[in-house]
Amino acid sequence: MSEIRLETQALSRRFGALVAVQNMDFKLAAGARHALIGPNGAGKTTFINLLTGVLPPTGGRVLLGGRDITGLAQAGRVKLGIARTFQINRLFRGLSVLENVCMAIAERVGAARSMFYPAGKRTDVIDEAMQTLQTLKLADAARHRVSELPYGRQRLVELAITIALSPTVLLLDEPAAGVPSAESHIILDAIERLPENIAVLIIEHDMDVVFRFAKRVTVMVGGALFAEGTPREIESNPRVREVYLGQSPHRAAHA
Amino acid sequence: MSIAASPSDDASLAARIDNPAARALMRRHRLRWWEALPWLAGIAFYFAFPDYLSFGCDLLVTILFALSLDLALGYAGIITLGHAAFFGAGAYAVGMLASYNVWTEPITSLLLAALAAALIGFLSGLVLLRTAGLTLLMLTLCTMALLEQAANMGHAYTGGFDGLPSLPIAPVFGVFEFNPLYADTQYLFALGVLFVCFLFVRTLVYSPFGQSLTGIRENILRMHAIGSPVRWRVLICYTMSAALAGVAGGLWAQTTAYVNLSALGLDRAATVLIVLILGGYGRLYGAFIGAVVYLALEHFLAQVYPTAWQLGLGLLLVLIALFARNGILGLGEALWRRYRAKRAAP
Repeated sequence: MSEIRLETQALSRRFGALVAVQNMDFKLAAGARHALIGPNGAGKTTFINLLTGVLPPTGGRVLLGGRDITGLAQAGRVKLGIARTFQINRLFRGLSVLENVCMAIAERVGAARSMFYPAGKRTDVIDEAMQTLQTLKLADAARHRVSELPYGRQRLVELAITIALSPTVLLLDEPAAGVPSAESHIILDAIERLPENIAVLIIEHDMDVVFRFAKRVTVMVGGALFAEGTPREIESNPRVREVYLGQSPHRAAHA
Repeated sequence: MSIAASPSDDASLAARIDNPAARALMRRHRLRWWEALPWLAGIAFYFAFPDYLSFGCDLLVTILFALSLDLALGYAGIITLGHAAFFGAGAYAVGMLASYNVWTEPITSLLLAALAAALIGFLSGLVLLRTAGLTLLMLTLCTMALLEQAANMGHAYTGGFDGLPSLPIAPVFGVFEFNPLYADTQYLFALGVLFVCFLFVRTLVYSPFGQSLTGIRENILRMHAIGSPVRWRVLICYTMSAALAGVAGGLWAQTTAYVNLSALGLDRAATVLIVLILGGYGRLYGAFIGAVVYLALEHFLAQVYPTAWQLGLGLLLVLIALFARNGILGLGEALWRRYRAKRAAP
């Protein structure tokens, strides 16, 4: 197995009496295409929040490339290469698509600290943003306000911002959620074309997407690791079928 | 980054940068012709209304104060009801230094006023910027109330309720005297100070730092998620905004030659908020439009309806709140856009 990029050891998070994430031991390999699935309320998003530093864990450790980052705040983890998208868009809605992406790049290259030099003269930032938009086929929408775009393309901007951070670990929290099925292929195509060296962890409910995209699947149930393996192993695991896939076995057969 | 780019890279860069969105971004910080208008109007006012120059000083001070608030509220989205705390800190810094003849040179006095206000802004910001919404609003109000009471109770130094009258101010550049009866020097001095402060704010707002403040206002969670040191940025912005408000307060003390508790009160904090909302926040020139409209209305309505002039202002505010959420400038922008769209599509 290739080098481990991101690892958790006995990672836990309680909210009062509720244990949202329980002793998660998890490994994300460099360049992985990994899916995290589980029924609603299984603790998937909480797990992502622990990985990105949005929430502090109540127990356990998070390691990035072997380095303990458990105590590191969100901004510090982004600098080390962990980026994420949100289940519900978090965008600068009043700004143009280009400005949205520029914001991330300016932050990454350290331009955002400078106070007395016009942002418009940082052509390196603007150029890289345009390049990012071109790879995602968003260049034609560059000047539109995010709030003017259809939802599917807004989701793409969400992806563009995270890619602009040039992460080594990318966490995608239901990237196609809320997108009409006619538009969802844009998102999925974009995800499939992500650079291979990025380790991608995707939370997804649509099993077609999971089996099409992922090389490895982790199943969470009730805050704990339930099963892990290749898509084929997961698909044929009777326990997983029972708690999760059981509801729609015919869909799993698609893959 | 692209220093060693080959010619073909240059060509593709040109193609990317040629996008209208990219061009708009690259041009945004450039000066437009109409940006000279406020300053021409400021100079014209000096010649056209020699009898109204102290009113003019009041106007310039209000613009500067509103501009400082715009930086915090309009750009970084820090909701504050206590901005007069910094105005007062600056005013009392200048006032006490002058009243006890410690320091009366006007330009360095303003720098000291900025420093005093910045210090209070930084220290209070350390605590209160950890909160948001209603809590933040209340804490800013508390900071101001504490300072107001301090100024009231320390009257051995601050003059208490009576304030400090007849402040001696040294001549500007050692040459131009402040005449207490005729405010010509004061007016030009205030115009100059406003100009310098405006250039500072304008540069800041169009810098990447200023853009990141806009990002914090638009979506603070996303800013965290792209690795921005949000808390630090907001604190720096708040401190700079406080410093500018301190300059406005110091300028007020210098041009009126007195300081009293009105520099620090809720009245002043609320007025500047109204001025900014009236003009349009987050727009750099909203402070100008708002101050002119507010003070002009106050001036004329008070002449026509001495007992009920605030009713007129109240009505205007209701109309703004109902129909022009982005203030007068926002309304103007919307009308202009509609006009252009109509012309583009006949």
